[in-house]
Amino acid sequence: MPKIKNVKELQSVRNKLLNDRKKFTATLTVCGGTGCRASRSRAVIDALRKELSGQGLEEKVYLRATGCHGFCEQGPIAVIEPGNIFYCHVSPDDAREIIAKTVLQHKIIKRLLYIDPVTGKSIRTEAQIPFYRAQDRQLLSQNKQVDPRSIEDYIATGGYTALAKTLSGILPDKVIHEVKASGLRGRGGGGFPTGRKWAECREAPGDEKYVICNADEGDPGAYMDRCVLEGNPHLVLEGMMIGAWAVGARQGYIYVRKEYPLALEHARIAVQQAKAFGLLGENILGTSFSFDVEIARGGGAFVCGESTALMASIEGKVGEPRPKDVHTVIDGLWHKPTLLNNVETWANVPAILLNGSARFAAKGSKDSKGTKIIALTGKVKNTGLVEVAMGTSLYTVVFDIGGGAANGKPVKAIQTGGPSGGCLPADKFDIPLDFDVLAEAGSMIGSGGMVVMDEDTCMVDVAKYFLTFLQDESCGKCVPCRLGVDRMLEIITDITEGRGKPEQIGLLEELGQTVSQTALCGLGKTAANPVLSTLRYFREEYETHVNQKQCPAGVCQRLITYAIDPEKCTCCGVCRLACPHQAVRGEKKQIHAIDPVQCQKCGICKSECKFDAIQVN
Amino acid sequence: MSFQVLDSILEGRRSQPHQLIEVLQDIQEQYGYISEGAMKTVSNELGVPLMEVYRVASFYKAFSLKPRGKNVLTLCTGTACHVRGAKLLLNQVAGQLGVDSGEMTPDGLFTFENVNCVGACAIGPVVTENGKYHHHMNPGKLRRLIESLRKTEEEPSHAKDQKR
Repeated sequence: MPKIKNVKELQSVRNKLLNDRKKFTATLTVCGGTGCRASRSRAVIDALRKELSGQGLEEKVYLRATGCHGFCEQGPIAVIEPGNIFYCHVSPDDAREIIAKTVLQHKIIKRLLYIDPVTGKSIRTEAQIPFYRAQDRQLLSQNKQVDPRSIEDYIATGGYTALAKTLSGILPDKVIHEVKASGLRGRGGGGFPTGRKWAECREAPGDEKYVICNADEGDPGAYMDRCVLEGNPHLVLEGMMIGAWAVGARQGYIYVRKEYPLALEHARIAVQQAKAFGLLGENILGTSFSFDVEIARGGGAFVCGESTALMASIEGKVGEPRPKDVHTVIDGLWHKPTLLNNVETWANVPAILLNGSARFAAKGSKDSKGTKIIALTGKVKNTGLVEVAMGTSLYTVVFDIGGGAANGKPVKAIQTGGPSGGCLPADKFDIPLDFDVLAEAGSMIGSGGMVVMDEDTCMVDVAKYFLTFLQDESCGKCVPCRLGVDRMLEIITDITEGRGKPEQIGLLEELGQTVSQTALCGLGKTAANPVLSTLRYFREEYETHVNQKQCPAGVCQRLITYAIDPEKCTCCGVCRLACPHQAVRGEKKQIHAIDPVQCQKCGICKSECKFDAIQVN
Repeated sequence: MSFQVLDSILEGRRSQPHQLIEVLQDIQEQYGYISEGAMKTVSNELGVPLMEVYRVASFYKAFSLKPRGKNVLTLCTGTACHVRGAKLLLNQVAGQLGVDSGEMTPDGLFTFENVNCVGACAIGPVVTENGKYHHHMNPGKLRRLIESLRKTEEEPSHAKDQKR
């Protein structure tokens, strides 16, 4: 591919691509994201490709393996255009029928349609599915349009137009003005106004500056950045290029978690392709702007999501944060001014420059603009990636999009923002998705993970889970986080194991507040949020653990015992075989019993029993 | 450890201390762990004190300082997997293999590890087996997975025995 030398050539490349594609009468889009790949979507894609070539249809039907469609639970997913027909749980054996019936004859294969778990009816098109219908998919919908391994797909759908427009006439100050006017705030957790960050970096003294894309999405329960970088890497690159132009940087880095191998691979391919097309390198599109991007692999440290720790990691050092009395926009990577944004923030940039800030700012609430991608998971019917306008209520997300509780048990709480966020009870679900409102309620949007919890979830155990996570991930540099989290975990372990004392609840609260006020970095400062928010809204659960030595949800191992209900036991032996600790006694055709001495209370027998015969007391 | 592979990893990165993590990543990928010898070579070639190499190698979870088993099972213990019962899987694998997280079974067949999130939350609980994803896992499925991996490992040696 010869390099694209100017804006005109970019346009002619696009026109040629569109012209070449006129021959296709149908498009078959199959999700090849991490979620669908786990459900063997690659085999489906291979089967479809084989079928198309066998029937000589390669020049008529465009088969596109895309990034994540968001509805991972239903994978592998295939969408057929024209018609917007949505098939789920597709297997390689369906390939022949899909092509023969749906692609060639526009007939529906009923068994592959999605069945709405609420109404029980099957739904024909993607647009009609409630999970998608209630969303506003500004970023995510683009995933379906492109093969992430194909820069041609990206260019054909209008990619790099925002860059071309910017380089051919929007001066850096005006770019920053637009980003400021859009009201875009950092999607990584802090919610800092993006335009202000850009302005500070532009004004920072020094000729050598850097831009960084933070793709070290370490928050457990959040995967929107994986999905965007994996599904549409050029969109992120384009955003970075515009940022680099605005602040005057020549070099960029994408810092990708090692746990996201596919995102890493797609980012690498995208950088290579952009270089081959002349969209990265010297004198991009014939202008004075030169920019290059390198990929850095994360090492599996949660703290490296923090900007200063991430920069230390790119420098090849241990990822420890440092005090930010001088901001990284002035003193960042290699002590140079550095502009760092996360994947989703960068991905929002091209549309702001292309369509204007007003269009972006038209969505959202007063101080939180645009849309936000949420990873909706846990005990909810429809799990997956959800994109909604800021200001949408949590209720809409959990019930209209998520379809409500998964197992028929009432939803008790929602955990937002990962280990830095908090748990909100069901009676707070009317509050809107808004940086400031959620913070006031004791939680945060964070990077956008939302885990729905029902009666079977013990809130004290959830707080303990996050403390265990944070104790493990604390880099150990500052005392409040290193020792504070340790002590909090100690207290909460006492509470969950039946040794809790009433005065420990107050102590836990005091300790949490001290850690919040004194820790060095953002992660330490928010480390107490899971504890403080559960104490705020679910204090009675703590009190039951302490005063009655009981776990109402039946989760905390030391406070429960397992027994077999002789009325329900069918002597099938499944639990006896499943128990890794040989704690189930009983011969064939004999009612089984659990040996309380051997039993480690792991709960495996309960999960395996098909007759609900295992009781938790 | 073959010197050639290490040499090719270091190619173009010598005397560049900031390449330390990238070099260690490649060593981890190629050899499955980072040996003392590898750390010494990296220290010399990049010009980073051995203590710093060790500090970095032991700080990041991506690096293992001990050899890993032939099969690496990684259990996701992210929030979404946790509320759907990832703990049961931990109990299952620890009980069945008789080792703790991060350790290798005495026969060298398995190492199991836990990771804080693999980003496939909607299809959790997730277990990856040598990089291959298994979704909606439960203790029974995991038990069968381990059994089948063990069987595959044992089969070729059976075949050999029969030939003899």
